[in-house]
Amino acid sequence: MTPLQGCLLVSALLFAIGLAGAVTRRNAILALVGIELMLNSANLNFIAFWRYGPNPEALSGVMVVIFSIAIAAAEAAVGLALIIAIYRHYRTANLDEMKNLKG
Amino acid sequence: MSPAFLIIAFVTLFAAAAAMSLRNLVHCALSLVVALAGLAALYLNLGAQFVGFAQILVYVGAVAILIVFAVLLTRSDATPNQAILAPGWLTGIVVSAVVFATLGWAALNSTGLPKETPPAPETTVKNIGDMLMTQYVLPLEVIGLLLTAALIGAVIIAMKEGSEKAKIEDGGLKMETLSSPSSILHPPPSSGGHA
Amino acid sequence: MFETLDQIFVTLKHQAVGFFPDAWRPFVSALISISSIPLVFATLFAFVTVFERKGIGRIQNRYGPNRVGIPLTKIRLCGFGQFIPDGIKSLTKEDVVPYAADQVVHFLAPVVLLIPVLLAYAVLPIGRNMTAADFDAGVLFFFAVGGAVELSVFMAGWSSRNKYSLLGAMRAIAQMISYEIPLILSAVTVIMIVGSLKTVDIVAAQNHYTHGLAHWYVFTPWGLAGFILFFIASLAESNRSPFDLPEAESEIIAGYFTEYSGFKFALFFLGEYLGMFAISGLGITLFLGGWTAPFSFLTWMPSYLWFFAKLMVLIFTFIWIRATLPRLRMDQLMNFAWKFMLPMSLVNIVATGVWHFLGAGWPRWVVCTVLVFGAYAILGWGLMQNQKLGKRIYRFAG
Repeated sequence: MTPLQGCLLVSALLFAIGLAGAVTRRNAILALVGIELMLNSANLNFIAFWRYGPNPEALSGVMVVIFSIAIAAAEAAVGLALIIAIYRHYRTANLDEMKNLKG
Repeated sequence: MSPAFLIIAFVTLFAAAAAMSLRNLVHCALSLVVALAGLAALYLNLGAQFVGFAQILVYVGAVAILIVFAVLLTRSDATPNQAILAPGWLTGIVVSAVVFATLGWAALNSTGLPKETPPAPETTVKNIGDMLMTQYVLPLEVIGLLLTAALIGAVIIAMKEGSEKAKIEDGGLKMETLSSPSSILHPPPSSGGHA
Repeated sequence: MFETLDQIFVTLKHQAVGFFPDAWRPFVSALISISSIPLVFATLFAFVTVFERKGIGRIQNRYGPNRVGIPLTKIRLCGFGQFIPDGIKSLTKEDVVPYAADQVVHFLAPVVLLIPVLLAYAVLPIGRNMTAADFDAGVLFFFAVGGAVELSVFMAGWSSRNKYSLLGAMRAIAQMISYEIPLILSAVTVIMIVGSLKTVDIVAAQNHYTHGLAHWYVFTPWGLAGFILFFIASLAESNRSPFDLPEAESEIIAGYFTEYSGFKFALFFLGEYLGMFAISGLGITLFLGGWTAPFSFLTWMPSYLWFFAKLMVLIFTFIWIRATLPRLRMDQLMNFAWKFMLPMSLVNIVATGVWHFLGAGWPRWVVCTVLVFGAYAILGWGLMQNQKLGKRIYRFAG
């Protein structure tokens, strides 16, 4: 197994863990935590391919990851603001209780 | 693969699994911090210095604090005494196992991956800065706009609705206000607190 | 002769590393660099605690501790041995952990405070060729590990299950996050001019002399504004007066470390002071020229002596401000950060850009000074318009 394949396996496992958590946990915040883990695993993929792939001087992997970190941070901020606003309405952060489209 | 890589990968995966399976949400958030720090260590191991430090600065220093604040403001910091898994959790686990199996099989058996390891690239922050200002200047400006929009949007969404309605004198439904820290300290409403 | 004195620690380290076989040498070299940091700075911490108590006492027209010498002997040191009984006391006090506290998180919080703070010392150039780890992105590394300190504050406050601790922790985190932005933005000005994030390059760029005066960035208009902003933000980052509302004894018992006693409290105390030294060290590196001498006729003195001399001056200023200024209220603190310091640091960045592009000569001095002082005057005048300061009116019941 080459180092690249090792990194890809780690990122695949991280993605699967994030997906499992985002889908099975009841709390809305943990769904967001799972999404963050999935985004991070994709970043790891990019860096692994940048390091072990052809033409690392073009820095494309590093660039994509820098932008991806910024976007993920913005998305986490907006997502958590939404959860706080929804909590104010439903008084719970439990995803199963948020069933109504109209409050 | 070097022992350093194996140890860091193991710690990261263990912390990520803990982040998704612990009962107490604050423990989950702290395990997430360990997982993100482990990822930063992996980036450093692969030679991406700037990205590793940026990961610690943004994720551990900001996003983790954000998650922790959200946990406190939604009163989820007590250990829940009801079920933590949504109905249909088994399907979710099966699906993620299938996803991992597919991705793992593709990674191990793909013929498109480069076989030999190229030497470590010599990246400096100066090169990253040069590329950001010449080749990637459009995404840079767009990211600036996106972050501004996200900042303003998050503040507007999470702001308390109308300062006239937020009087706390009446004993009825107390409106959650973002600015008063004492609202975190009221005892949590019983059994999930439906309106 | 003075060159050997300047490099004496480097040569000592090379000789010590030479005793070991080849395969062990990188490990031993790293070990020596790393272990010297806690040794030196923890000793400095012990000295500074006594220095602070005596300094604050003298400024407040009283003596500080003035009796303790070396215990069990007859040596009297006018109170400078106070740290020995303080250390023994904190080591032997009973470690009380509340029953309802979250045991694991409560235990880990001081550890999580100390590790990033000690990591931050790795990129500071203590002397010529005396940086523990010369990263390509050194300044970014410093700010990254500085951000990890807020997590420890939250862990301490939340795990104690105490309303004062939680309140103090939330306030401390809000304060630290708010002041991190002017801190980083004022450091960005130096990075813009030097063109590199390596701390060694930043010090080397200030190692030139014109007419005998060094090219420290604090002697330029944007550098002076940047240094003042950096200093105020570092006061807030280390929770020192006048920004110590989260941990003030008269306000909130002890804030987020109310439930800590004994050695864990000593670790928090140590972590805070070490953080103070680290951020002063970065301020010295960025604005005050690191290990360079101020005047060209003083360059014969060893570089590390200059670094520690500047560090002692900054620590004395920290102590002086603590003894003099009253505490800021939480909303005053936040207003100050967001409404004054953030716009000032943005104007500072513009002034730095103007400085760079106008080229050498007297016009850029005039333009940048006008920019910085004009912005300060306008912001100050604008913000003071909302203040209703006047004679205080008392309303009595009945």
